[in-house]
Amino acid sequence: MADGSGVSGVALAVLGGAIRISTPFLFVSLGECLTEKSGRVNLGLEGTLVMGAMGGYGVSYLSGSPWLGVLAAGFLGLVLGALHAWLCGRPRVNDVAVGIAMMLFGVGLAFFLGKPLIGPTAPHLPSISFGFWSSSAQVRSALQLNVLFVVGLAMSGVVLFVLRRTRWGLILRTVGESADAARAMGYDVNRVRMRATMAGGFLAGVGGSFLSLFYPGSWNEGLSSGQGLMAVALVIFARWDPIRCLYASLLFGGASALGPALQSVGVTSGYYLFNAAPYALTLAIIIATSSRDRALVGQPAELRMAR
Amino acid sequence: MSLGASVDPNAAGGPAMPGPPGAIPPPASPVGRGAPRTAPIVEIREPLGARLVGAMAAPTLAIFSALLLFGVFVAITGRNPVAVYYQMYRGSFGTWFSFQNTLLRAAPLMLTALATALPLRLGLVVLGGEGSMVIGGLAAAAAAMAARDHGPNGMKLAMLLSGALVGGLWMATAGALRAYRGVNETIATLLLNYIAIALLNHIVEGPLRDPASLNKPSTPPIGDDNMLGNVPGLDVHWGLAWGLFACVAAWVLMNRTTFGFAARMVGGNVRAALLNGLPVGRLFVITTLIGGACAGLAGSIEVAAIHGTANASLVTGYGYTGVLVAFIARGNPLAVIPVAVLLGGIGASGGLLQRVFDLPDATVNVLQGILFICILFSETFNGRAPAFLRRAARSDAKTVAAPEVEMVAPADAKTAVPADAKTAVPAVLGGGG
Repeated sequence: MADGSGVSGVALAVLGGAIRISTPFLFVSLGECLTEKSGRVNLGLEGTLVMGAMGGYGVSYLSGSPWLGVLAAGFLGLVLGALHAWLCGRPRVNDVAVGIAMMLFGVGLAFFLGKPLIGPTAPHLPSISFGFWSSSAQVRSALQLNVLFVVGLAMSGVVLFVLRRTRWGLILRTVGESADAARAMGYDVNRVRMRATMAGGFLAGVGGSFLSLFYPGSWNEGLSSGQGLMAVALVIFARWDPIRCLYASLLFGGASALGPALQSVGVTSGYYLFNAAPYALTLAIIIATSSRDRALVGQPAELRMAR
Repeated sequence: MSLGASVDPNAAGGPAMPGPPGAIPPPASPVGRGAPRTAPIVEIREPLGARLVGAMAAPTLAIFSALLLFGVFVAITGRNPVAVYYQMYRGSFGTWFSFQNTLLRAAPLMLTALATALPLRLGLVVLGGEGSMVIGGLAAAAAAMAARDHGPNGMKLAMLLSGALVGGLWMATAGALRAYRGVNETIATLLLNYIAIALLNHIVEGPLRDPASLNKPSTPPIGDDNMLGNVPGLDVHWGLAWGLFACVAAWVLMNRTTFGFAARMVGGNVRAALLNGLPVGRLFVITTLIGGACAGLAGSIEVAAIHGTANASLVTGYGYTGVLVAFIARGNPLAVIPVAVLLGGIGASGGLLQRVFDLPDATVNVLQGILFICILFSETFNGRAPAFLRRAARSDAKTVAAPEVEMVAPADAKTAVPADAKTAVPAVLGGGG
């Protein structure tokens, strides 16, 4: 801590950490947002995320191109999303339970297939320095933005645009608000949800590749600490709005970075309690915004999860 | 709820259909005579044999297809599936030693499965077994420190009680949030899991850390004399007995008491339950309390019988596997027992697979995932595919047992709702029921 120790140092470390940690959350929550807007929950995104991390790392290692890895991760997510959607499209199949099953399956399969990938080093994703204007090393390292984060920023705008301004988004929201109305208008509810779930899976897979290809930047079995599951909570937190997904992810990332940032300036007591900060914060906000007798604002009416 | 009616099951239409009131020939039903003048919805219950066959057929088929799929998966990786299954059998049920190992794993699974299975009967999807287990184990270790002067039995009692109590309260928080604040219980329990683990790490690293535990921060050991021993004649600790007892007790509670009846009614139709004046919110809280207490007990048994101290080893994943057990058992506490033994066996065979076939330890997770997916998928065939099996079983049992008629709810619960009840009633259904 040569310069900027104390408060500003912590603030910078939190900012940098927020950006780094929030990227996978951003992708997964955008994907979940898209899926939930169609009236279905995908709890299996945790499995998708880990599969994406494994697949992305493997392809990057084999091909030498991290971008191919990102694409492969997205494609794996697409496939897992299609499987989830197909299962949930059957009558009497509970989407929450299928999500838990897909989570166990995805994580298990990723650990199984990823065993040989634990040793080798794969090429990483590049990052862009936005801190060139500053002479402070801390500012510069905090503003080392990964390309995927920038893509994620753009994606939240794109998802918002698609949902609000396109025909496809309108159909998707109709299906999420009232499947009966959509059916009466002649739309195939299952097909719309299938596409939404596949798109959501793609985003979650890309989020997973960030974990293995940038930060923490290697493949191992402790890579994900429940980001995929937390995304479901973050979407409620963000009230099904892609832009608020971005804010929620940044807030969650910042809260996660608080413990390590304080530790780096010598505040070590309560380090493990700070690990609980993002979860406690999420819970507190959800409690504060929930109500006993009305739905959350923005909640798709067909959604079974948030009832 | 046998009302002793003699209704011909064939006259009432399809099997186990909660048929519309019109499906019952009115004069044949004596229920209407003595009972109040509201026409009851009557559910035809088939004889036990037919019901068992009907309930078992789809899951059994699902288990077989899962084994088939996993066999294909194993074959793709270049191993002989038959050999793999043989070793799995050897590693889980084949020898007395491995079977005890299976039971050892099944014991906590039974308890954590109840944490999900009981709320499931009310229609709540709870993922909090892991958190309650962790926090229960932590409470047990703390209680052991406090009860140091009360002898081995006092310490054991203190550990089990406090583990169950704290684990129960932990999960009841989510139940109360759902009941009185409309917070989604799946999300709340999930968040509470992470908070519980962080709390465990904090307390084990800080306030209750045994200075002697260097590499792996732990609470002070409870001492060998104060540990929970083995069931006589077995190499399995008393946790197994607790697990079995809890499953049976939970079944009695859910199927043979008014509390259980009320709980199942809430799970069937919340609005009907509310209209009948059932305290839905209180049922949510009490059921999550009991479920969490089971998981908390599992945690205190981990501490009292296996580790002898609370540390990061308490985070086992048993809580999440318990969710799997509960769903496969379809929330039935008695069905939890065989399913927990089955999944315990799959877990126990993992080591052997690793040694013999050089398969990664995640192999068993893949099998569990495939199994779970197949079982859930089989729900879609429930009550359809096995019709011929049921018919066979029904004709067997026909002479033995008359079908029972069950009264479920006033016939026109929906139309009986006053117009303004739409806004008043779904309050407990949660924010946006």
